[in-house]
Amino acid sequence: MKKTLRILAYPYVVWMVIFIVVPLFLILFYSFTKGDIHDIGSLEFSVESYKKVAEPLYLKVIGDSFLLAFISTAICLVLGYPVALIIANTDQKYRSLLMMLFLVPIWMNFLLRTYAWMSLLSPNGLINRFLTAIGLPRLEIMPGNAAVLLGMVYNFLPFMVLPIYTVLSKIDKQVLEASSDLGGNKVVTFTRVILPLSIPGVVSGITMVFLPAVSTFVISGLLGGGKTPLIGDMIEQQFLFARNWHFGSSLSIILMVMILISMAVMSRIDKNNQEEGGKAR
Amino acid sequence: MGRNIIELKNLTKRFGDVTVVNNINLTIKENEFVTLLGPSGCGKTTTLRMIGGFEEPDEGQIFFEGKLLNPIPAYKRNINTVFQRYALFTHMNVFENIAFGLRIKKIPKDEIEKRVKRMLKLVDLEGFEKRNVDSLSGGQQQRVAIARALVNEPKVLLLDEPLGALDLKLRKEMQIELLDMQRSIGITFIYVTHDQEEALTMSDTVVVMNNGVIQQVGTPQDIYNEPINRFVADFIGESNIIEAVMLEDYKVAFDDVVLDCVDKGFAKNEPVDIVIRPEDIRIVTNPDEGMIKGTVKSVIFKGVHYEMMIESDTGREYMVHRTIAFPVGSYVGMNVQPFDIQVMKRGDPL
Ligand SMILES: Nc1ncnc2c1ncn2[C@@H]1O[C@H](COP(=O)(O)OP(=O)(O)OP(=O)(O)O)[C@@H](O)[C@H]1O
Ligand SMILES: [Mg+2]
Repeated sequence: MKKTLRILAYPYVVWMVIFIVVPLFLILFYSFTKGDIHDIGSLEFSVESYKKVAEPLYLKVIGDSFLLAFISTAICLVLGYPVALIIANTDQKYRSLLMMLFLVPIWMNFLLRTYAWMSLLSPNGLINRFLTAIGLPRLEIMPGNAAVLLGMVYNFLPFMVLPIYTVLSKIDKQVLEASSDLGGNKVVTFTRVILPLSIPGVVSGITMVFLPAVSTFVISGLLGGGKTPLIGDMIEQQFLFARNWHFGSSLSIILMVMILISMAVMSRIDKNNQEEGGKAR
Repeated sequence: MGRNIIELKNLTKRFGDVTVVNNINLTIKENEFVTLLGPSGCGKTTTLRMIGGFEEPDEGQIFFEGKLLNPIPAYKRNINTVFQRYALFTHMNVFENIAFGLRIKKIPKDEIEKRVKRMLKLVDLEGFEKRNVDSLSGGQQQRVAIARALVNEPKVLLLDEPLGALDLKLRKEMQIELLDMQRSIGITFIYVTHDQEEALTMSDTVVVMNNGVIQQVGTPQDIYNEPINRFVADFIGESNIIEAVMLEDYKVAFDDVVLDCVDKGFAKNEPVDIVIRPEDIRIVTNPDEGMIKGTVKSVIFKGVHYEMMIESDTGREYMVHRTIAFPVGSYVGMNVQPFDIQVMKRGDPL
């Protein structure tokens, strides 16, 4: 019985090796070598491309990427939590409808959505024409970081709302009644019961927004006009245009390590929160 | 037991067009142990939730110490609840769960410490302060829920089937513990259950409900010995319920028998229901010495007694509880004392 089950897992293991492990090792390999990538014999060990990452120009790119990802995650949290709370508190009948309205944009292609914002925000776009028509000053955020942030928040907000909503809607109503039974008004019930119980949702929401945000490309190119290149754009460039796979690989590895670190930090927060019950405060 | 603490006046609650609680009137005294008893779905929880402030009555008033309670939100009521499913805070340990209400009231730290410790002792959970509530057994969680409510020293404690999830043995133990607590702290308990035995053993007053309507209010003895209608007689304990006719005062007739009873004041030949508890029927070996004659159809051993079904010559089945068994097929006589016959006005047929 156990044996058959193990055999059933083989295709998956093969799949994993081919599509996850091998590429990972290739990237690692490229990042620590230099030479002509088409001529394996010419490759030799080198940390040159890592040194290049440490140049101020690229450090700034990494810094900008994390900063923008951080800000957009924060905005998503501030906007997404109340939305999740409102949806979780609406009548069962309308809940799925509301949730759907929120999720429909995800079904559209990411690129398409970003292009849509481009045409909305551009200097002669719909928004500006409307603003001029009613006599208001024009909105000049594109190209620029504000437009990039807007694009990120728009694209990633559902990934913040969804996990928080899921956790909130699972909270037993009777627990909230217990809080008010013990003298807690709405504010107390929120801060001492709802909020702590929803932390796991917040943590996975932050992870689900931060990860794509920090490695995103296209958005900054399209909405930021390339003014603030991000690490994702940089990697894309190295592979597609500069053809420096070694440097592209080092950037990828650095990004991966930083993401792993942030994930470790988040899961630590989550775990601490869950263990709270076992500790006296 | 003295002053009235809770009064329900014409209390009605509807969900959609279903009337779940129908025009209830009830007065509860200080330190009383009142039990709402009734079959599933009869409106017990809904009644309790209206007193706790979690459900708004559609009609009628709730008074607490003479003051109208309706407009006061749950969190301002000096009433605490032990919920049907405990509803503990899973993100807090045992200590914090119990301290929750006190922290909200901004009670000084050392006093919180003292009161929580005292509660833990009362519910026999000393040393469990730092345990996660998820790691507790059902009985322990239940005791945390009781402690969390009691620590606030409410004047009234509402308990919604608090022992429902426990096994029989633990249930019996907790019943005694709860009673002890109620007597020693001296607060009013409004207790919901659909277990008639639990209701009879614990309460000062039992309120029997059916379909959102109060059927009878009385002491456990009243309810058991003098059920007011077929529903109560049937719901509380086992009983032989017989449609009969009141011939005149103190004489009731059915089938081919006429029995003496202690009831009067009915109209001549008024149709009534009578209740005879199975343990009140005596069996005599000589059929001619019995008021009713019949054949033993089945005997089941029930532990303390034997349960026999005896079919009379007229074809009526009687349930009889005796400590000695009569063999199946034996022809016997049955006797009932006049004061063991409870005569009730004829209600709707069940
Ligand atoms: N929020 C609600 N919406 C609609 N119907 C409800 C609601 N709450 C309760 N009911 C209905 O009201 C009736 C009485 O419910 P209630 O919970 O008071 O019963 P109960 O006597 O406590 O039963 P049980 O012993 O099963 O707990 C049931 O038919 C139930 O389906
Ligand atoms: Mg109930």
